[in-house]
Amino acid sequence: MAGGRPAGSAIEMEGAMRTLPSSGRPSGTGWQSRGPLFGRNYGLSPGSRLLPPRCQENADPQKMAFLLRKQWTLYSVSPLYKFSSADLKDYARMLGVFIAAEKQKGLAVDVDGELGIKVAMSGLPELRGSEQDPAAVLVQLSLRSSVSPKNSEEKLIWSGWFCCVAGDDLLENLPENFTCLPLFLVNGAESYTAIVGSWFQKTFDCCFRRLAISPLNLTWMAAMWTGCKVDKNTAATELLFSVPHLPQPLDISYAIHPEDAKALWDTVQKTPGEITQEEVDVFMECLYSHFHRHFKIHLSATKLVKVSTGIASAHCDGIIKFLQSQYLIGVLMLLTELAISQIQ
Amino acid sequence: MQRRQSSKHSKRPLQVHHSNQTDLSAWRKGGTVDTEKSAQNRQSLSDQKNDNEQDSLEQALSYFEKIQDRVSLKKSEVLQKHLSTMESIALKRGLPPEGFDVLLDVALSGKLADTVNTRLLKSLIPASAIPESSIVSSVSWFCVSKCSSNIQLLFLRWLITMFDFIDHKEQVHALYGIFFSFLNDEKLCPYICHVLYLLTRKENVKPFRVRRLLDLQSKMGMQPHLQALLSLYKLFCPELVSITLPQKMKTYFKNADGPWKAAINAVRQRNQANSTVPQPLLLGTAQPHSRKRKWNTQLIVPASSANAQNLVVGGKMSRADSYSANESFPVEQLRTFPQLLQNIHRLEFPSQMGSVLTNPLLLHYMNCSKDESVYLRLYYWMGQTLQEECTWCVVDNNQYEEEFRGFLETVYKAECFLQEGFPSCEEFLYRSLPLWDGVSCRSQILQLVSWIPLSTFSEMKSQLCDPLAQLFFTSSLYFKCSVLESLKELLQNWLNWHVVQLDSESDSQFSSLNTTLSGLVNGVAELINFVGRISTAALHLEKSHTFLLYFILDFYETVCDIYLKYKLPLLIMPPAGVFYPALLSMDSVNLNQLCYIMYRYRTNLIAAKENEMSKKKIQQFKFSSQTYQEYNQYIIAMVGCLWTSSAFQKDNHPEGIRLDDELLKKTGVREYKNSFNIVYHPALMCYAVDFLQQAWPDDTTFNFNLIKGKKWNWYLRYLYGQGLEGLKLFIESSINRVSKASQSKAEDEDEKV
Repeated sequence: MAGGRPAGSAIEMEGAMRTLPSSGRPSGTGWQSRGPLFGRNYGLSPGSRLLPPRCQENADPQKMAFLLRKQWTLYSVSPLYKFSSADLKDYARMLGVFIAAEKQKGLAVDVDGELGIKVAMSGLPELRGSEQDPAAVLVQLSLRSSVSPKNSEEKLIWSGWFCCVAGDDLLENLPENFTCLPLFLVNGAESYTAIVGSWFQKTFDCCFRRLAISPLNLTWMAAMWTGCKVDKNTAATELLFSVPHLPQPLDISYAIHPEDAKALWDTVQKTPGEITQEEVDVFMECLYSHFHRHFKIHLSATKLVKVSTGIASAHCDGIIKFLQSQYLIGVLMLLTELAISQIQ
Repeated sequence: MQRRQSSKHSKRPLQVHHSNQTDLSAWRKGGTVDTEKSAQNRQSLSDQKNDNEQDSLEQALSYFEKIQDRVSLKKSEVLQKHLSTMESIALKRGLPPEGFDVLLDVALSGKLADTVNTRLLKSLIPASAIPESSIVSSVSWFCVSKCSSNIQLLFLRWLITMFDFIDHKEQVHALYGIFFSFLNDEKLCPYICHVLYLLTRKENVKPFRVRRLLDLQSKMGMQPHLQALLSLYKLFCPELVSITLPQKMKTYFKNADGPWKAAINAVRQRNQANSTVPQPLLLGTAQPHSRKRKWNTQLIVPASSANAQNLVVGGKMSRADSYSANESFPVEQLRTFPQLLQNIHRLEFPSQMGSVLTNPLLLHYMNCSKDESVYLRLYYWMGQTLQEECTWCVVDNNQYEEEFRGFLETVYKAECFLQEGFPSCEEFLYRSLPLWDGVSCRSQILQLVSWIPLSTFSEMKSQLCDPLAQLFFTSSLYFKCSVLESLKELLQNWLNWHVVQLDSESDSQFSSLNTTLSGLVNGVAELINFVGRISTAALHLEKSHTFLLYFILDFYETVCDIYLKYKLPLLIMPPAGVFYPALLSMDSVNLNQLCYIMYRYRTNLIAAKENEMSKKKIQQFKFSSQTYQEYNQYIIAMVGCLWTSSAFQKDNHPEGIRLDDELLKKTGVREYKNSFNIVYHPALMCYAVDFLQQAWPDDTTFNFNLIKGKKWNWYLRYLYGQGLEGLKLFIESSINRVSKASQSKAEDEDEKV
């Protein structure tokens, strides 16, 4: 990382994690004592979560491959009103017309084709946690090549997908007319996001909000993903911290060999199939104290901004990259939960 | 000094608007809800100004209407005057629909010089819509070519820009052929093409027109405007246009917006800012706020039909939508209440529920709707918007405080209109109050607090009361008063809700009353006790400030009448920390208020006791004897103070002012016994002085002992005459005067209940 960031210095610690710290268990944090308010939890994390499931047997990993290794910007979406997954073709048409109208405001719109941009909408039934979840919806914008309009050479310029993995909390009390697809992931220019988002807002009376990931939730991700089994030779687990209140930004990158991280996590994790907030805290505390022993820096006083593991990487601004198709559902489950807590 | 009057006056600085709650006309009046006097003055000033402008605009229009012959601009001062008036008003407020007929006629008839015509055309900015008839008549002027070609050109550009403002377009469409015939004019051609492009429908595409366009193209070369029209023709009738047209054309038409676009926006922004009445929705792209910061937040959503999207694809949508589309009444056209009534059966909610907030008619409609999804849609939209836009919860939002304040104001008005709080708003308050600094959007936040629905108090305590109390104790006197005012409104809203509930339940003979009632009684009692606690502390902190005391007693004016006025079996006396500062207050307003409150407590308690004795069924909610006891303690103290001059002896309240004679003697005050009676009470002494001066004009010794016996009664009548209505009610009800004409010192006794 050193030198990679123009605006600040970075401390590199690749593979430094060799000895496991034996002490450093923190006393219980005040977090859990703040129970849910009014039965709604106002964005607080629950005390414990289930381990992410490893793989969907029936899902074809190839099918989801296009979702991997791309940066997705996260949004939360309030339930869609009168959305029907049977009408995706019509929606695509309408959205196409809308985009054309936005692009050339004031002029009459050519309805049948010859728009510069082609819209495709399709369902992604593989992307769901259970039968109750509605099928995910993929929206793709592609540019028709102007050189040879007759050939179907299209260039994908923007894609976004709505999904809901194990969104039971919200689904349960939702009336019939509403469809809950609370997580929206976008890859492409913001201007297209704006047009597509506006159209969805107008058509299905929903609201989009950027979904930021709090440092606390990033620690959850760090712990959860460290515990997942990955093939060998995957990239290092890397945590990126930023030091607040400095005239110049200072980022600290903390990289750990994934096997070492996993070994540490295995000593921390007690309850099978479940992770608790306390375990996450202990895991992070151990990493912090190890770092402190070497560098005399208290990472707990800095802000965790990014977590990268072999499973996925997540940035606090709400940007995610999936790396392993068999854990896609698991990661989406956590993100769905965060999205739901933002819209409730 | 009159109780009622004074109450109205001191309410002003808090910007809490009472009449707002039910007054539909408040929406129409427009303007911000600003009850400060200065603002009212400003308002009336600007009204006046508007009236003046209206007059001079009418004069100018009638002048232009009457113009017969050419008038020189340089020579005619009248013309100069009217022209510039018209220009300035048009650019500022836009012109009314009836103005277009006159001005277009003048501008295109060629009566005046081109410079005048140009100025006229440039100032034709619509305030709302342009009547179709004025377009038709101006096109006929256009055809007879009385005006110069420059004016013709300017007119076409104007028409293109204003196309969407024309109220109907059927007759304009009928002029298609006329416009088409002007294609030959080389100079006008691009603009004529643009007009035709806007007008063309499938039935307009005819073989002879295609031929004509192709002729023109071969003559003039590949012109973008001709191509635009051709491609549209091809789109409608591919079989008629066989030539291939280039796939991509960046811009078909030059930007014809000309001088008007900016003015239109300015007018629209101005009109929107001045009024909460739904603006005529001109274009789907209407964006009152130039909010480019985020693509997805629009605080004011224009109402548009839910099926607008379906219409775009020509009703290709399957299912119910396609046939209902013909029948439903588009919300965009909903302007008046009669319209609402006539079309209520075929009205659909707009595509985005957020738009109902600024639309009173749709709020009416929402009020009638039982559809749960309507509320849920609004809930999600408002919840997300409030969170996203909150200026103190989201970093970098500070700069948009003005906008957010306006939004909160809108939400509050809608709540007043519906007489109901929004759940998303309640959640927002719970979420954001702990982070609130008590400054940003203060009056709006406190207004919204008053619409929090009644829920169990334990939840409210941690979410609302605790953060509010923290701010309350650490903020200014005025903040304290504002909080008390909004808590009073909250209490009143809860009680009103209960009364309405009661009515509807007695109608339907539904008797789940008791279970909900105990919850309500508990909730209301908790709120009153909470206010009692913070009031006691605040009076300590602010050294029993008169102003603060006024707001506290104002709260208790509602509390003391709960049983009779709101039919809720609950009476809670003010704590001693409120009662005694009011009793010993330096200001007659406070004392008078206290007297009135005690009188109402008495009336309520007596009514309760009578009810208890007559019918035994609501025994469950009998007032505890402690309430009566507390009342009696207070009344003894009061009568002892004001009347019998025995406050220090008779007061038996544990926190009262009973004092040993020994101690009192040490104070050195000679006549301590009567120092709080109606003559010597510091709040009333000024009246006593005034009375003495009137009764014994020559006596300058101010001998207060003269006021006794018959004079005592005179003095009382004098006090009543000064507007101390509360004192009058209190004395007449609570003090049993044994012999009214008694000469000696009135020997009276308080009447206990």
